[in-house]
Amino acid sequence: MSNQIIQGILLGGYYALIACGLSFMFSVMRIINLAHGSLAVFAAFALWWLASRFHISPFVGLLIVLPLMAAIGWALQRFLLERSARGGALLPILTTFGLAIVIDNMLFEQFGADTRSLAPYIGSLSYDSWEWPGSIYVGKLAVIMFASAVILLGGLQLFLTRTRLGRSIRATSEDPDTAGLVGVDARRANAIAAAIAMVTVGLAGAFLGMRATFDPYAGAPQLLFAFEAAVIGGAGSLWGTLIGGIVLALAQTLGAQVHPQGFLIGGHAIFLIVLFVRLSASGLGLRGLLRLPSRSAS
Amino acid sequence: MSLLSVEDLVVRHGLLQAVRGVSFSIERGETLALVGANGAGKTTLLRAIAGAHQPAAGRVLLDGADLTNVPSHRRVGMGIALVPEGRKLFVQMTVEENLLLGKTAGRAGDWSVDRVLEMFPNLKPRRHARTGHLSGGEQQATAIGRALMSNPDVLLLDEVSLGLSPLVVDRVYAALQGLIASGTTIILVEQDLNRALSVSDRVICMLEGRVALEGSSKAVSRDEVTKAYFGLHRKSPGSVPA
Repeated sequence: MSNQIIQGILLGGYYALIACGLSFMFSVMRIINLAHGSLAVFAAFALWWLASRFHISPFVGLLIVLPLMAAIGWALQRFLLERSARGGALLPILTTFGLAIVIDNMLFEQFGADTRSLAPYIGSLSYDSWEWPGSIYVGKLAVIMFASAVILLGGLQLFLTRTRLGRSIRATSEDPDTAGLVGVDARRANAIAAAIAMVTVGLAGAFLGMRATFDPYAGAPQLLFAFEAAVIGGAGSLWGTLIGGIVLALAQTLGAQVHPQGFLIGGHAIFLIVLFVRLSASGLGLRGLLRLPSRSAS
Repeated sequence: MSLLSVEDLVVRHGLLQAVRGVSFSIERGETLALVGANGAGKTTLLRAIAGAHQPAAGRVLLDGADLTNVPSHRRVGMGIALVPEGRKLFVQMTVEENLLLGKTAGRAGDWSVDRVLEMFPNLKPRRHARTGHLSGGEQQATAIGRALMSNPDVLLLDEVSLGLSPLVVDRVYAALQGLIASGTTIILVEQDLNRALSVSDRVICMLEGRVALEGSSKAVSRDEVTKAYFGLHRKSPGSVPA
């Protein structure tokens, strides 16, 4: 059983990684990015293309893809989300939904329906493992992913609380009008926040491609896991996202123990249970459902 | 040359014209009080000077440079700081973080977190408390401190005594007296007429978006201001001996 728990926690690190960008974007920019999964798959394809075409290791490829994702985030905010946000709260959601469809189909047109993976390009890392006491074998990649998640979430937390830019981003998320009055360029802060969110999405895409396979339409399931992890952890709280990812993964692992088909059902079940508990605790309401952020305390 | 001047400023909220052709200027080191009933356009005027509202017509000049199309965050860097009505603190953030945000524009000057805490000693124990949990007086002190952190040439104060107990208002104004004495240029909106007249060099009374009365705070009588406040004497601006 302890084996399952450890594997579950490590898988939780992966879910936290994919949920990180979604949670960050929601907490800072109040945008629910439905293109999140598709953008992660896009990053995975970019790394795969670099690896298969130019024999660039995916880890080195990140040096190219992450800045590219940051640029995409900046452009998305400046040219798409900022404009659609002026049209009300619903419009950005629809915009990102449309964007997801566009990305999925462009990837399909470019790369076809074949299933790909980055595993062949990272040598033995994809199947190597360490033996821990009690003859528990943990995958090296899983440990790296978990460590990356902790470092990424912790780093973001530190960035938001300790740096001038981080404070500007938090101030903008709280009250963009007043942020302008104290000298913060709200547009710039939001564009930087979007760029940071996309960097985390790029990282998530890399690990998605390394630990499993992906195809042009693999974005939706990733979005679902990210969404579940973010909501379980309390959307907007970065450490909560890590907890949410771990809870989701443990529930899936437990579900798989009960029945071979129970993996997904276990995850969905815990997601729904958390939702209902939170709904009844907050006296019903969408705000309570997403539990508006308690960022810095977490 | 005047430090700050406003020329024929018109500001609209949709169809409502909140400020209708207001002109005035303020010299360096001067303290100007804006009085007027609720809805007279005082807050809108201050927000337009700070750049939070885009005027429909007219100009805002700082040291002769036209600011009209400069966004608010850049005006802070040019030396205009607003303490907004209702304080508008970032309630999820601590006192220190709120103060540090005031430094974002990066203007040179000698205001620091420590100096603000010296000016408002009641903030010292609350330095790392979230501003959402502070009392009204502590919040107002933080809001003023946040504006000062940008080392402004012109400080705009919008109803700093709103919602505070008289005792706390006294304390806030005692701190402001120090600023006024140090030569900071201040435009303040104040509902308490006596206080407005006593701290300022000059007073402007607004009525329905227009300047109803302008004059030296020493020279105008309470009665004249009261009449202008309620629109009882419809004279053209400037007819009151200054």
